[in-house]
Amino acid sequence: MELKDIIKEENCVFKKTQLLNDKPLSYCPGCGHGVVHRILMEVLEELGIDEQTIGIAPVGCAVMAYEFMEIDMQEAAHGRAPALATGIKRVYPNKYVFTYQGDGDLAAIGTAETMHCCNRGENILIIFINNGIYGMTGGQMAPTTLEGAKTSTCPYGRDTSTMGFPLRITELIAQLPAVRYVTRQSVHTPIAVRKAKAAIKKAFEYQAEGKQGTCFIEFCTNCNSGWKLSPVQANKWMEENTFKYYVPGDIKDNFKLLKNPVIE
Amino acid sequence: MAKVKGAVVVDENKCKGCGLCVEACNFDVLQLSQKVNLKGYNPAFMFNPDNCTGCTNCATVCPDAVITVYRVKVNN
Amino acid sequence: MKGNEALAEAAIRAGVDAYYGYPITPQSEVMEYLMKANPIASTGMVVLQAESEVASINMVYGAAGAGKMAMTSSSSPGVSLMQEGISYIAGAELPCVVVNVVRGGPGLGTIQPSQADYFQTVKGGGHGDYKLITLAPASVQEMADFMKLAFDLAFKYRNPAMILSDGAIGQMMEKVELFDPIPRRTDEEVAQQCPWATTGRKRGTQKRVITSLRLVASVQEEFNIKLQKKYQEIQEKEVRAELINCDDAEYVIVAYGSSARTSMKTVEMARKDGLKVGLLRPQTLWPFPSKQIENLIEKGAKGFLSVEMSAGQMIEDIRLAVNGKAEAAHYGRMGGVIASPADIYQALKMYVKQWNSKI
Repeated sequence: MELKDIIKEENCVFKKTQLLNDKPLSYCPGCGHGVVHRILMEVLEELGIDEQTIGIAPVGCAVMAYEFMEIDMQEAAHGRAPALATGIKRVYPNKYVFTYQGDGDLAAIGTAETMHCCNRGENILIIFINNGIYGMTGGQMAPTTLEGAKTSTCPYGRDTSTMGFPLRITELIAQLPAVRYVTRQSVHTPIAVRKAKAAIKKAFEYQAEGKQGTCFIEFCTNCNSGWKLSPVQANKWMEENTFKYYVPGDIKDNFKLLKNPVIE
Repeated sequence: MAKVKGAVVVDENKCKGCGLCVEACNFDVLQLSQKVNLKGYNPAFMFNPDNCTGCTNCATVCPDAVITVYRVKVNN
Repeated sequence: MKGNEALAEAAIRAGVDAYYGYPITPQSEVMEYLMKANPIASTGMVVLQAESEVASINMVYGAAGAGKMAMTSSSSPGVSLMQEGISYIAGAELPCVVVNVVRGGPGLGTIQPSQADYFQTVKGGGHGDYKLITLAPASVQEMADFMKLAFDLAFKYRNPAMILSDGAIGQMMEKVELFDPIPRRTDEEVAQQCPWATTGRKRGTQKRVITSLRLVASVQEEFNIKLQKKYQEIQEKEVRAELINCDDAEYVIVAYGSSARTSMKTVEMARKDGLKVGLLRPQTLWPFPSKQIENLIEKGAKGFLSVEMSAGQMIEDIRLAVNGKAEAAHYGRMGGVIASPADIYQALKMYVKQWNSKI
C-alpha cells in the first residue's frame, strides 16, 4: 500500500479541532500550553458546548490564549480571573465558564481570588498550568518553584528559609468544602494527555449539572525555555523531580477527598 | 486478521521541531528532518513510514497541533 | 431615606443585573440594604459580597464584559484598590458604575466625609489615558436619579461611570421620589443591545474578545485616539451643572456634593449683605463645566471660590477653565471637618477683599 492510498480524507483519524484556529501558536517549542489548549478545545467541541462557553485568559504566557481559541473570551488582570469568572457565572448561571491560569496568576497575586472563588464553590472550571516558573516575564521564581531549583530570581536555587516552600495550592484548595473535583494531570506522554482530556471532560460534565461546586485541574507542564532544557529533557526532569512533590492523580471527586500522599 | 497501516502528515512550516512526537512514537516512525523550515526549525517527518500504525500518539502530544493522522485497515 | 439606601433602591429599580461589593464605612449600608431587599427573588439581580475591593471590581469587569449592568460601591481606600480594575474596564471599553462615598484620607484616614478623591476620580487614579464619567450627587434625590443616569451614560459610551458621593450625602435622610422600576433586560435583549459582549460565540460567527491588551504600538495608539474622540464627544454633550443666582453674579462659588449644600446658605447670607454671589454646582465633575465658567466670566463674574473638602483639587480645573480671565481661589476644611456656611462666607469675604485690593 502506498502513502497516497492511506492519506485520504476518509482515512483521517485525527486532525486539529476547528475550535483551535489556524494561527501558529506563540508558545515555545515543546511547551505544555499548546497541548492543554488543544484538548480543552476538543472537549468543548465534542460536548457541543462551545457556543455557551466563555473563557478567561490570564496574564502570563497564555495572555494570548484568546488569539487561538475560537470562543468568546475575556482578558483578566493578573490573578483576577476567578473574580471575572464569578462575575460572569453569577449573571449567566447556565453558561460554561472556565479560567486558564499560570502559577503566578493563580498562586501568587491571585491567591485570594482563587481561594474565595473556590470557597464559594462557583460552578466553574479553573485550569491551573503549573510549570514552576514565570515564563512570560523571563524565568523568575514562582510560588511553585521547587526547592533548590534555579531561576533568574533565585539564581543559587530556591532557599526555603528566605523564600518559603513550594506552594501546593491544589492540596489547599481541595480542603475547601465547596470544591467538587480536584485533580493533578500532565500532558507529557500520550497516556497522560488522554487522561488529562478525560479530566477536562468530567469537569464540564459536572458544570452542566448546574450545582454549586468548583472544578480545579492542575496541569504540571514543562517550561523548557525557563528550565533551560530541551523539551524532551524537560519532560524527563519533570518525571524525576516535579512529580515527586506535585503528585499526579485525583485528589478530590464529588466533594470527597481521596487518598492523597501529600495530604496524609 | 486485519492489520492497520497508518501515515501522518506534518504541517512543516508550523512544526517547531520540539521532538516530542519523535519521543512519543513507539514505532520509530518519526525523526527531525535535516532541512530547516521557514521559522528556522527542523520539522518532524516520517523517516520510517512503513512502521506507522496510525496510533495517533504523535498527534496527541504535539503542542502545536501540526500532525494529521490517517489509518486504514488492510485485509490480507 | 438615607442617601446610601436610596442609591441601593434605585439600583434595583434601574434593572441592574449585579452588585459586587465589600463592606467599608461609610457605605456598607448600600450592600446591607441590597442583601436585605434580596432582589434576586424579585428582579433576579445578583448581590454578592466579594472578598475584597479588588475582587469586587473584577467581578464587575467580568459581568460587564458579558453585557450585563454591573456595579460596585466603596469608599476612598477601597476605591484606591479598584484603580487597576477601573483602568482595565476603560481600556476594554466596558460600561459599569462605581460608587465612591468619599471619606477623609490619605491612607486609612477617617470615616468622616471628604472630597479629596477628586483627582483620583477625574484625573485618572488608574494608569493610562482614560476618563471616568463622574456624577456628583448633592441630595438623596440625586443619589437615586444618578444611579440610572450613570448606567445610561456608561452604556451609551461604553465607559465606566463614577458616582462621587461623600459620607454626608450617604448618611443624610431626605424625602426622595423613586422612579418606576425598569425590568432587567433578558439575556436576548442583552445580546442584542451589546453585540460586543461575550455571551457565547455562535459557530460560524466572529468571536468576541474583551481585552485591553494591544501590544502593537500603532494599534494601541489608534485605540487611544478612538478613546480620546469618545471623551471629546462626552465633553461636548454630557456636561450637567446647576447655576443658582448666577445671572448677575460677580463672585461665584463652585462646589459639589455636600459642599454645595452648605455653600447655598453662604450665597443667601452674601446676598443679604448685598454681595452679588452665585453658586455653580457641577453635577458632572468629568466632563467639567468649563463652558459654564467661561460664560459666567463673559457675563461679568470676577472671582470664583472653589469650596471643597480637600486641600484644593477642583480648584485646578477651575483655574484651567478661568484661564487667567478671572480670579480663583480655594477654601476647604480637611480631615472630615465640615465648614459651616459662616466659615465659607468668611473665606469668601477675605478673597473678595484680596481680589479687589489688586485692582
